[in-house]
Amino acid sequence: MSDFFTEAVLIATVAGGIRLAVPLLLAALGETFGQRSGVLNLGVDGIMLLGAFTGYYTVLKTGNVWYGLLAGIAIGIVLGLASSLISVTLQAEQGISGIGVYLFGLGMSDLLFQRLVGTPVPITKFPKIDIPGLSDIPWLGGMFFSHSVVVYLAFLSVPVAMFIINKTNFGMNIRAVGENPEAADSLGVSVSRVRYATVTIGGTLAGAAGAALAIDLGIFQQNLTNAQGFIAIALVYFGAWRPLGVMAGALLYGFVNSLVLQFKTLGIIPQSWSDIAAMAPAIITILALVIVARRFRAPSALTKPFTRGT
Amino acid sequence: MADVPMLEMKGITKRFPGVLANDNVDFDLYAGEVHTLLGENGAGKSTLMKVLYGLYQADEGEMRLNGEPVTITSPTSAIEHNIGMIHQHFMLVDTLTVAENVALGLHSSRGALTDLDAVSEKIVDLGSQYGLEIDPAATVWQLAVGQKQRVEIIKALYREAQLLILDEPTAVLTPQEVDQLFETLNQMTADGRGLIFISHKLHEVLALSDRITVLRQGRVTGYTTTEGATRASLASMMVGRDVKLAPDKPEVETGSAALEITGLRVIGDRGNVVIDGLDLDVRRGEILGIAGVSGNGQRELAETIAGLRDAEAGSISIAGTDVTNGRPVDVRAAGLAYVPEGRMKDGSIGLFTVAENLLLIDHNSKEFLDAGLLNFDAIRTHSQTLVDEFAVKTPSLDTPVRSLSGGNIQKLILARELSGTPNVLIASQPTRGVDIGAAEYIHKRLVAQRSEDTAILVISEDLDEIFGLSDRIAVMYEGRIMGIVDTSITREEIGLMMAGVTREEAAAG
Ligand SMILES: Nc1ncnc2c1ncn2[C@@H]1O[C@H](COP(=O)(O)OP(=O)(O)O)[C@@H](O)[C@H]1O
Ligand SMILES: [Mg+2]
Repeated sequence: MSDFFTEAVLIATVAGGIRLAVPLLLAALGETFGQRSGVLNLGVDGIMLLGAFTGYYTVLKTGNVWYGLLAGIAIGIVLGLASSLISVTLQAEQGISGIGVYLFGLGMSDLLFQRLVGTPVPITKFPKIDIPGLSDIPWLGGMFFSHSVVVYLAFLSVPVAMFIINKTNFGMNIRAVGENPEAADSLGVSVSRVRYATVTIGGTLAGAAGAALAIDLGIFQQNLTNAQGFIAIALVYFGAWRPLGVMAGALLYGFVNSLVLQFKTLGIIPQSWSDIAAMAPAIITILALVIVARRFRAPSALTKPFTRGT
Repeated sequence: MADVPMLEMKGITKRFPGVLANDNVDFDLYAGEVHTLLGENGAGKSTLMKVLYGLYQADEGEMRLNGEPVTITSPTSAIEHNIGMIHQHFMLVDTLTVAENVALGLHSSRGALTDLDAVSEKIVDLGSQYGLEIDPAATVWQLAVGQKQRVEIIKALYREAQLLILDEPTAVLTPQEVDQLFETLNQMTADGRGLIFISHKLHEVLALSDRITVLRQGRVTGYTTTEGATRASLASMMVGRDVKLAPDKPEVETGSAALEITGLRVIGDRGNVVIDGLDLDVRRGEILGIAGVSGNGQRELAETIAGLRDAEAGSISIAGTDVTNGRPVDVRAAGLAYVPEGRMKDGSIGLFTVAENLLLIDHNSKEFLDAGLLNFDAIRTHSQTLVDEFAVKTPSLDTPVRSLSGGNIQKLILARELSGTPNVLIASQPTRGVDIGAAEYIHKRLVAQRSEDTAILVISEDLDEIFGLSDRIAVMYEGRIMGIVDTSITREEIGLMMAGVTREEAAAG
């Protein structure tokens, strides 16, 4: 245990937690938009997987990580629009249709990987940016100010999301549509337009999350996300549909994960326990969710399709 | 009155699967007037107004605004035509503030950002202009119903509505709030706006309207100016025959107190005190009406008497038997009959048939048991007698109760409850949501039961019902009886007492 309390290991654990939180944070922020407007998209993990493969493959072919990230975003937009079509226009049962999107993403990303790549080849990762001045601060610099641009962007998107939801007309419409779509509709707010927008934002961020994950690891394999998309959905509940809460949840998950990895590396957790240890983050997150989430109320119209005049 | 009406609806027909909701309806409105749409539940009033507001598209017919033909395809186009609608159920987002609710769907002066400060300012202005004071920063779920109503009206005024539809706006208001609302509405017509008012409360219709159009089963069945109309004339237009609004009450010698409640204290569902030190006696041969805005402990009072809820302190006795905190069967054995306010929730089992529902309280009586099994022949005979006697309109005894109309379910429950000879009858909201014909019948039965020496407690939000039935009126407010008065009291005084003012203060005005 004493190995753990060294500067290098502690810094690595905290920095690792922040890094691991990023894909979850992005995906969960996106899902927050959808849910605040009343749409539950269970397909997040599928979109993340296709975003991850697309990002990976683009970097493999072009060698440019930013093209990879953009490719992940592009596929996220397409799948977000498709999800909107399914849940808003076709009014499919949201508890089921998202599973279809997930299975599609799971199967398709693996199929494409087998066909186009076959054996895993490592790719270039995101470059680390040390923030001048700040990254030299002892301890803190290494933990917080020596990350890739994607990490900074992901955390920057938290205040941006808060601003959009709380201070803009679009955000006000989102909140109204998620709570009482009839009222919004009666004032001329287009419920379906708002929901298309939010579900597409969700898809976009899920695609970005997938690409960020693959390019951060520098690799792709079958089911790379390991159900992180589902954890992200849980985090939205955990965070009580608020960006700050969602961020707290993502960090909690990231840190527990990072800690478990560190303990395994240091041999504090025996190798034979590694399977159980691997489940710890999910279990802890879900426990926290059960305790926290009960105190908050979900948007009233969550999972309910809207038709005028019923 | 201007020459060209601000609104003309001609030959409007609207069909839903299996229902002709509006059948060739004509309706018009002039600037500066209130034109009321009157009719029973299901007559098609809301449908006609939703067609006007663009929520439904008419199957046939045409609309003109200020003489120009228009098609209104959505609420957005209705708003563009300066039409506003206050819906029967509040159309407010509970989790948003008043200002946000008003600003929804409007163009913001700050582009993509909300301009709630400017909106709030204008809300305060409109509020002081029309007597609609409200805090723009309050979150809607914290508001009382009367305040929510104000927000709805401000929403329409803010959008410069010239034609305002008010779909049963008074349904949830206290008499004081209704008076305030009417003042606001009068001011709006004085400013040249046209109002369409929907209600089935006849005295309100008479007080507010200039003209009245009556709908029944989707068709216009009557039209009158308010001058010369009476409650009785309006009621018969609604029902299609003469109706008695207040039952004839024969003189009855009142007897001993059959229901005695002293010092009752009850804790509500949320752990708060809902009845606090309540004393009440109801004598044989009298109807005691409990007036009050719902939510002031009336439901809990009825439930506590019926043994469905525990008393914390105090005592209840029926015909001399102490039934405080007794089980429902014991209370019934002491001679209580109970018509609860939720017809479908507490009063009947929707999936059970008419015959089964009639049996619910009697299923252990020897008459219907044959060696421990239900004797179906005896049950059918008994049920048929009750159905005939109480004029319950049902296709058969085997029809599930939930497919009957509200009025018929209520008659069925009354038939069941009165089939014994109760010492005490509690009827909670006995005619809420029931059509006038059935209400007339239910009132007649209650008065008949009074002549049978039953002590009757009627709990109602409907002051017409309270005045029409009661021998004495107890006004309930926040779990207490504000005073017990006779029927010579005025509506205004009762209204004040319902708002928590004592009798003496109310009489002093
Ligand atoms: N969306 C709808 N779908 C099917 N039937 C409806 C719908 N809205 C109203 N109706 C039916 O149309 C008739 C008129 O209803 P409504 O206009 O709400 O009456 P009112 O407002 O006078 O009480 C009723 O029989 C009702 O059941
Ligand atoms: Mg209606």
